[in-house]
Amino acid sequence: MAEVPVSWFLTLSAILFVLGVCGFLFRRNIITVFMSIELMLNAVNLTFITFAYQFKQVNGHLYAFFVMVVAAAEAAVGLAIILTVFKNRATLNIDEVNSMKN
Amino acid sequence: MDVILFLVFAIIAVVCAINVVVQTHPISSAVSLIGVMGSLAILYLLLGAEFIAAAQVIVYAGAVMVLFVFVIMLLNAGTETRKGRSLMVQVLGVPLLITLLGLVAFFVQRLYPQATVHFGGFRGGTAEAIGRALFTTFLLPFEITSILILIAIVGAIVLARKELE
Repeated sequence: MAEVPVSWFLTLSAILFVLGVCGFLFRRNIITVFMSIELMLNAVNLTFITFAYQFKQVNGHLYAFFVMVVAAAEAAVGLAIILTVFKNRATLNIDEVNSMKN
Repeated sequence: MDVILFLVFAIIAVVCAINVVVQTHPISSAVSLIGVMGSLAILYLLLGAEFIAAAQVIVYAGAVMVLFVFVIMLLNAGTETRKGRSLMVQVLGVPLLITLLGLVAFFVQRLYPQATVHFGGFRGGTAEAIGRALFTTFLLPFEITSILILIAIVGAIVLARKELE
């Protein structure tokens, strides 16, 4: 077997996505939670590229490109928010940033 | 050959992704995330997406991760302290995630059982093809994205600046 099934790529993407969800749920450091979101975005990008290959169309690449651009913008704003949170509360633990909870 | 290449970089990606979740220090997580992004860039290249692979390395592994490492160092983020995790997440988290992965993998296997990837079988991902699509079919989203980035820049500066007395 010299060729890779398309489903392997999609399964790899699913594994990476679930690992990202895992980090999002289990980690307590706000920066690591943010990195888990980036991991999930990367996993979705792999799905887009795989389907672009499957249908032999360039549109999937464009979607991946837009996801990438929006992720960069999101990272800039998110890290600025993290800076502000740290400035106001002197903590990076998301359990201690719970003033909207109660 | 294709299978070996795919398996090597898939395993690197998965191991690095597990490392992102398992490591307790943010810097270790960030370096592992760069590993994930690098191996994904090579997989994109194998799928014929050469422009996206280059953009992945430049934008993600370059710019975004530098921003992350910069913030980690600026805030002097240390090893995270484990405490007060929700009981529901602790009990249900892993089984539910494994169920999700199993379901997705099952449906993905049923989706295209015959389709295979032959590396080099799609050459439509060049910078020329991407640029042509970007400035014809996707012109409006492209322009909206530029406004979004402008808003993000202004927002980031407003959020992160020092308050004027």
